[in-house]
Order: sequence, then C-alpha cells, then structure tokens
Amino acid sequence: MQFTAWEGFNPGAWMDEVDIRDFIQQNYTPYTGDSSFLQAPTERSRKLWEKIKELLWQEHQNNGVLDVNTHVISGINAYPAAYIDRDLEIIVGLQTDAPLKRALMPAGGIRMVRSALDAYGYELDPQIDAIYSHYRKTHNQGVFDAYTPEMRMARKAGIITGLPDAYGRGRIIGDYRRAALYGIDYLIQDKNKALYGLDCDVFDEALIRQREEFTEQISALREMKEMAASYGIDMSRPARNAREAIQFTYFAYLASVREQNGAAMSLGRVATFLDIYIERDFKRGDLTEEGAQELIDHFCMKLRMIRFLRTPEYNELFSGDPVWVTEAIGGMGLDGRTLVTKSSFRFLHTLDNLGPAPEPNLTVLWSERLPRGFKEFCAQISIRTSSIQYENDDLMRPYWGDDYAIACCVSAMKLGKQMQFFGARANLAKALLYAINGGVDELLGLQVAPQFMPITGEILDFEELWDRYDQVLEWLARLYVNTLNTIHYMHDKYAFERVQFALHNTDIYRTMALGVAGLSVVADSLSAVKHARVKIIRNCEGLASDFEIEGDYPTFGNNDPRVDDLAVMVQKTFMEKLKKHPTYRNSHPTLSILTITSNVVYGKKTGSTPDGRKAGEPFAPGANPMHGRDHKGALASMNSVAKLPYRYAQDGISYTFSIVPAGLGRQAEDRCRNLVALLDGYFKSGGHHINVNVLEKETLMDAMEHPEKYPQLTIRVSGYAVNFIKLTREQQLDVIRRTFHTGL
Amino acid sequence: MQTEGYIHSIETFGTLDGPGVRYVIFMQGCALRCAFCHNPDTWRIGTGRRITVDELVEDIQSYRPYFQSSGGGVTVSGGEPLLQTDFLTLLFQRLEGLGMHKVLDSGGFADLERIKDLINITDLFMLSIKHGDLSRYPEICGSSSERPMALARYLTRMEKPVWIRYVIIPGVTGQKKDLEQLADRIRRMPNVEKVELLPYNTMGVYKWEYLGLHYSLKDIAAPDEQQMAEVRTYLQGLLPSLAIY
Repeated sequence: MQFTAWEGFNPGAWMDEVDIRDFIQQNYTPYTGDSSFLQAPTERSRKLWEKIKELLWQEHQNNGVLDVNTHVISGINAYPAAYIDRDLEIIVGLQTDAPLKRALMPAGGIRMVRSALDAYGYELDPQIDAIYSHYRKTHNQGVFDAYTPEMRMARKAGIITGLPDAYGRGRIIGDYRRAALYGIDYLIQDKNKALYGLDCDVFDEALIRQREEFTEQISALREMKEMAASYGIDMSRPARNAREAIQFTYFAYLASVREQNGAAMSLGRVATFLDIYIERDFKRGDLTEEGAQELIDHFCMKLRMIRFLRTPEYNELFSGDPVWVTEAIGGMGLDGRTLVTKSSFRFLHTLDNLGPAPEPNLTVLWSERLPRGFKEFCAQISIRTSSIQYENDDLMRPYWGDDYAIACCVSAMKLGKQMQFFGARANLAKALLYAINGGVDELLGLQVAPQFMPITGEILDFEELWDRYDQVLEWLARLYVNTLNTIHYMHDKYAFERVQFALHNTDIYRTMALGVAGLSVVADSLSAVKHARVKIIRNCEGLASDFEIEGDYPTFGNNDPRVDDLAVMVQKTFMEKLKKHPTYRNSHPTLSILTITSNVVYGKKTGSTPDGRKAGEPFAPGANPMHGRDHKGALASMNSVAKLPYRYAQDGISYTFSIVPAGLGRQAEDRCRNLVALLDGYFKSGGHHINVNVLEKETLMDAMEHPEKYPQLTIRVSGYAVNFIKLTREQQLDVIRRTFHTGL
Repeated sequence: MQTEGYIHSIETFGTLDGPGVRYVIFMQGCALRCAFCHNPDTWRIGTGRRITVDELVEDIQSYRPYFQSSGGGVTVSGGEPLLQTDFLTLLFQRLEGLGMHKVLDSGGFADLERIKDLINITDLFMLSIKHGDLSRYPEICGSSSERPMALARYLTRMEKPVWIRYVIIPGVTGQKKDLEQLADRIRRMPNVEKVELLPYNTMGVYKWEYLGLHYSLKDIAAPDEQQMAEVRTYLQGLLPSLAIY
C-alpha cells in the first residue's frame, strides 16, 4: 500500500500492515538536548485558553457540572459540529453540542445516569428512561441478573468494591494513532479482511461473538468518518501533515469518549508518533516551533475538557471528576535509543504554557538512561506544577516492549494489542477482620464470608491469625474472580467498546486486572501481632471491635524487612490464589496496589484494625505506608514500597510522595538534581510508580478556604492528578494529613 | 574499638546537610548547650537508640542508587558526633571501603589528637562556627573556642574540604562586626568551599519546654528573608570569591 500522504517517511513493514511501532521506529528523531527550544503560547492559544478558563470556573461554581444534554443518547454522531470559538480553534471537535456539556451514556446503566442527573438537579428525558428501563437492557441490569446473593453481599459490605458493574469499565485504550497514519478506509478494509477470515466449519459461541464484534467495529469506523465530515474534515485517507495527524488522532479519541463513559479513558502514547509529522512539516518549511507548540497546546486544551456524567457516590470514591486521559511520555526503545522527542517536551510544556492541570494525565516513562536534559526538565516541571506522574520504563519494557501505554493510573498495556478487564479492588484489611470474626462483617454484623471458627482468644497469635487469613483470602479470591467474570461478560454483551476495539488488532491479549486496598494496614497489623502484644476488645455481639497494642512493632515504610516481608507475603499469597481461578475470555490475571482516592471510603467502611488504626480512619493510598508511621524519611518509605514485586502486581503499584519545596534542597538547581536522584534511585531500587507533589502545606490549607485563588492548583493523588479545589473536604483533609516529607 | 553507638534518628532523604541526597545520622548526645539549639532532645548522653556499625552499613547500602545519581552519601550530624569518635571511625572506615562520600557536621568540640583518624577519612567537614567573635563562644554554647579553632587549623593544614555553617541570631551573631570577624577567620582557611548562613529558627522551642529547660532566646524573633539577604550580601562583599548561601 502506498499513499501520497506518506511521502517523506521511511518505508518499513508498517506499509504492508497496521504497525504503528514499526512506523515510529523507522521514522522518529530522538532528542537528547535541553528545553531551551520551547516556545511560549501564541496569542491565539492564550485567548482560547482564557475562554476555556472562564467556562471551567463557571463549571466549578455550578456545583461541578456546567450543563448536561438530557435528551440525547450519546453516540459518535449524536451531535452537530460545535465550537468554543471557531476562529481560534485549530484543533476542532467537542464531546457534545457545547463545551463542557455532559452526555448521557446509559448503556452501562440507566440507574447511574438517573441518580447523577438527580444529584445535579436535572431531569432525565422520560422517553430515554423508558427505553433503557423497559426495552434496551443495560450492562448494569445484566450483571445484577447474574450476581449471586453472596456477590451482592460482598459488594454491600465493601469487601470488594468500586466494581465497574454500574458504569463503563474503561481502561481500554484504542490505538488512536492508527486513524492518522492509515486513514479510516484502510482500517475498515483491514477489519473486513479479519471478518472474512472468520468463516469456519464450526460456528461456536466465541466465533459468532467475534464476528459480531468485528462488524460493530466496522460500523464504528464508518461513523467516525461521518463525525469528522460534520466538521468538514475527510478522515477516509491518512493525515497529510502534523495538524491533520493531531486532528485525526483526537477525532478517533473523541469518538470513543462520545460512546463510552469508561472508568478511565486514556489516550495512549501519541507524542513521539506526532513528532514524526511535526519534523516532516519542519523539513518542508510548513511549520515553525511556535506553530508546533500551538498545535500541541490546542490538542491539550481539548483533552482538558473531556467530561463524564457521574454520581456523587462515584465522586466520593474517585474524586476530582477524573477522566484519566493518560498520555505516556518518553521511555527508551528496545534498540537502546531514547523515545524522547521534542514533542515529549512540548506535551510537558503545556503545563507551563496553559498552567497546571490534572488532564491529560501526563505520565513520564522513566529510565535511568533517559537523556539528562529531559530528566531535568521533568523535575523542573514537577517542582513547578505537581502535575506529572512517573513510571518505571526499565521495569516494564521487558514485559510490554517499547510501544505500551498506561491505562488509567498505572496499568501498562501494549497499544492496540492488549486490553484489560478492569477489576477495581478487594479490601484486604477488612478481610483480615473477617479472619478474626469468623467471616462476619465487623460493621454490618452479617455473615458475609462462609461461616468458620472465629478467633476466641484474648491475645492475637500470629500463626493462628495467618492460618485464618489464608482461608479468608482463598474464599475472597474465588468470589472476586467470579464476580469480575460476570461483570465483563455482561459488559461485552451490553456495552461493547466498538470504537476502541476498532483500533486494536484482531488478536488481543487480555488481562484481568484485580486489585487490593489496605496493604500497609494489613502489613502493620500482622507486624503488631507478631512483634508486640495485640489484645482484642470485643463488642456485645462478640465481634472484635477494637484492639489494644502493648509494645513497639516495626511499621511498613521504614525499610525494615521484619514488616516489609509481611507485605510482600500478603501480596504474593493473594496473587497466587487469584491465579487458580478460570477467568472470562481466558484473560491473564494481574494485580494492582492502587486505591486512587478511594482509600478514604475504604477506611470509612472498615472497622478498627490490629495495627491501631481506628474504625473509619482512611487507609493509606495505593501502596503507601500509613501516614505518620514512617520515621526514617522519604527514601526509607520508598524502599519499603519498592520491595513489593512487580512480577506479582503487573497491573501496577502506586506510591504518592509529597514534599515541601525546601525539602528538596536549598537552591533551585539542588532541588532539580535531588528530585532526579530520587526518581533514578527509586526506580533502580525496583519501584514501579510515583506521584510527585512539591507543595507547601499552607498553600493547600489556603486553597481549602479560598478556592477562587487557586483555580488551577493541581496535586497528584494515587495514580492521577486532581484539581485540588474539586476534592471533597474530607479528601482535602486526608491529602493534607498525609505524610509531607519536610526534610530537615 | 566500639562497634555500637547511640543515635537519635535517621533521615534517609537529607538534602540540606552536604552535597546531593544524603543519609543523615543524628547522633545522640552533646556536651554543649547552644542557646539556639533546635534539637535539645539530642543532648543527653548515653540514651537514644543503640545501633551497631553493621546494622547501619547494611541499611545505608540500600540507598546507594540515590547517592550515585546525585553525588550524595552519608552525613553524620547530631548531637555532637565527635563524642562517639571510636564508633564513627569504624563506621567511616567501612563506608570508605564501599567508596561512599562521608560528611561530618560538627561544632568541633573534641580533643584533636583523638579525632585525627576520623578526620583523615572524612571527605567533607561541615564546621559550625558559633560566633564570629571567638571570645563570645562561651555565651552562645557554654564552651571556649579553643578546641574548634585547633581543629579548624588542622583541617586547613590537611587541605580538607570544609563548609562553614553559621547561625544568624538577630542582634547576637549577625552584627556587621561579628560578620567581619567571621570573614577574617574564614580568609585564613583556603580549604573552605562554601559558607551556609542558617537563619536562627524557633522550631525547637517547644522541645525546650517539653524537656523542662529554660530557653534564653525567647524574645528573639527568627530573621526574615530580607534580614538574611542583607547579611548574605554583606558577608559576600567581605568574601567575594566564596560561595555563600
């Protein structure tokens, strides 16, 4: 195949079949210099951003929702072309018919839509309500039709929670770059070929399903073309220049966020891909650096405006209205060249040009071998904006190659070749209480796990506790996998992501992404039982409702093997148990240690634990040590987390680090160098992910009282960034309370 | 040799006590009673946590990747580290063998002969000068300047890199004449690489109260940024070729 749009590109296997990685490898220009080439925003960018900022502030003042289109069922072509300011926008396309206006996407569940509208004072169009209540079954209905009483009970008690059973599962990344490189017609042809190949003698369930799925994908591609045409853009052929490449990539993404209200709708890894187009335009004399930055600034402005309609309960779990438009930046290639290009800088530079923002969720894939100039630039941006997260490319590359991206917060997947069945998380701290209370929930007083002998002694004994815990985890693993199997069967059936899958290969590697919350609570609890004396205080129903600890015990976060090894043991044990159970579509089970902001809600729903944490108190986020229990400074805390083996948590291990600027060093250059060292050291020690916040505590406290002064204040919480003023007060307090490493 | 020492605490991400990222060991025990001390809880001798050289070295080793990237290493501070010279000599010998950068942060109150072995394997000495006017040492810390100055001369003779630390207490140590005397002293030490002016702070006052001690500087406010900048500019004028922070 040969297109005129490909002139000037180096040839390769990518010309014969869809192969974005090969295209990148044949054509990209690694950049090892510093940030001095970057340009300030153009007048056009400034003006447009001012307009958007005004809308964002209106949205904040209007309870966090500017408007909702309540009478249209969202879809790729549900809305006419719409603009913020047509004269200023060089990248076009809004999610609905007006900026920041939210869409109805009821396929995941009509109940969620209804209660979200209720909460924000809107009324659901009665006809749409009727359609999804009586005529068109939703994913949510399907799941609950198949759930067992035990699954419902476990969900109610919150031993497994945050499950994507009432809304879109997300965490599936379309390879949106394909739309730009190949054009839609080519992709349709390719899918048709795949469909043609699916004609066998035996039509079994799997084959029939696949045929249906491919046909769905083909119609999604056709509709995508129509959507572009409504903006006067022809996407049937490949992009001819940088502006078109960005526009097409964005349109492909836009189609997916018009159809799916997914738990995380990530972008992928587009910067270096787009850089190839920018470099070609430079060579042709069609583009200047200022123009290139303008394109990226405009693209990011659009990405900052993606919105979903969600319930207050959802917000309580995952606060700050996140979308997780995650873009993975940097990393190293398998051939040893860096994948950093000038456009890697340009994406990060949007945080300076437009100010800090939580979206897109800029994620730097860190390698010890990244060019020094890029490392320093990242550190400087982190210090200025607290808007970047970092993940260990040297750790992930052997698993996922050099064209993977991050879905949501920490989940790596090969672009266009891999997806995951998102599985939220199991509450391991609550499970520990079940082990003590014979399977009875400590707060509900109901038998949730199968009945077995509770611990009856007064002082907890480590061996006895571990033995019971092992039994509870056995039960939990089975129930958890079965519940997810149910959820994802129904999601495929009732809320299939046809856009994202249209931008995938025929054969997809699927993972089942299970997760845990409360690991540091469990590790500390086990350590207390092992190294100190923990006495059970029972309530009138005989349930352990509190604990008294006599003596000192080592806590997670101090690089102390006596307790860190316990955390590793719990992680491995649970992962091994999960692996025993058959999974939907033969997906490969993985684990994440990630809570996002839900650590607050998990804590609220969990009774007092043997580590001395009182009922209702928040867990630490992700894999973090409990706050106030790390006594040896930041590196000890990081080294404890870095010991958790990625091999047993291939869906990611999240760690959030906050420090005051002075804690990084005296002078600006010391701070930059020390932050680079912190990242180099953490990742070399085996750490997987880290959020970096460089903030004064006082700033956060002031922002709680005077949000109007801090419209763009961004902080990193477990796995994503949030606009601080959008957090609930409870979460704001939790963030402030958490260990701020102050240095000395 | 003594393989066990008493420490107050450990900070694994020290960024203010020497070059790069540093593992800072705060030793327990100090014979001085500096009026501005913000760690009076490190004074008592023979208390704190007992730790062996082996334990420390093993722990320190796990932070090597952080030191390597930043040019950091280990800093021993206090308390007064020189009260546990035997222990530290042993520790530094081990660290020397591992190729690690070692800093001593001290007021220099020790018998020079007893600490020479330790000094010789120290890569950088952070010497805290209590007052520019040496005759006012006793007033600030209850001890004469004789030993610290003997040490300073030795460090110069040995060409050992030194960073000077000096606490600015408004009205007490930060007058022009104090700074002039300080500058005179520093001019005689070509081995000084850097001077760190530290603003006196009141963060430790609560510890004094908690320990039932009388805090004599109670009425003195911490210097603000402008005061510090003035002092810095003045001293820089006196020592134009030195890095002063």
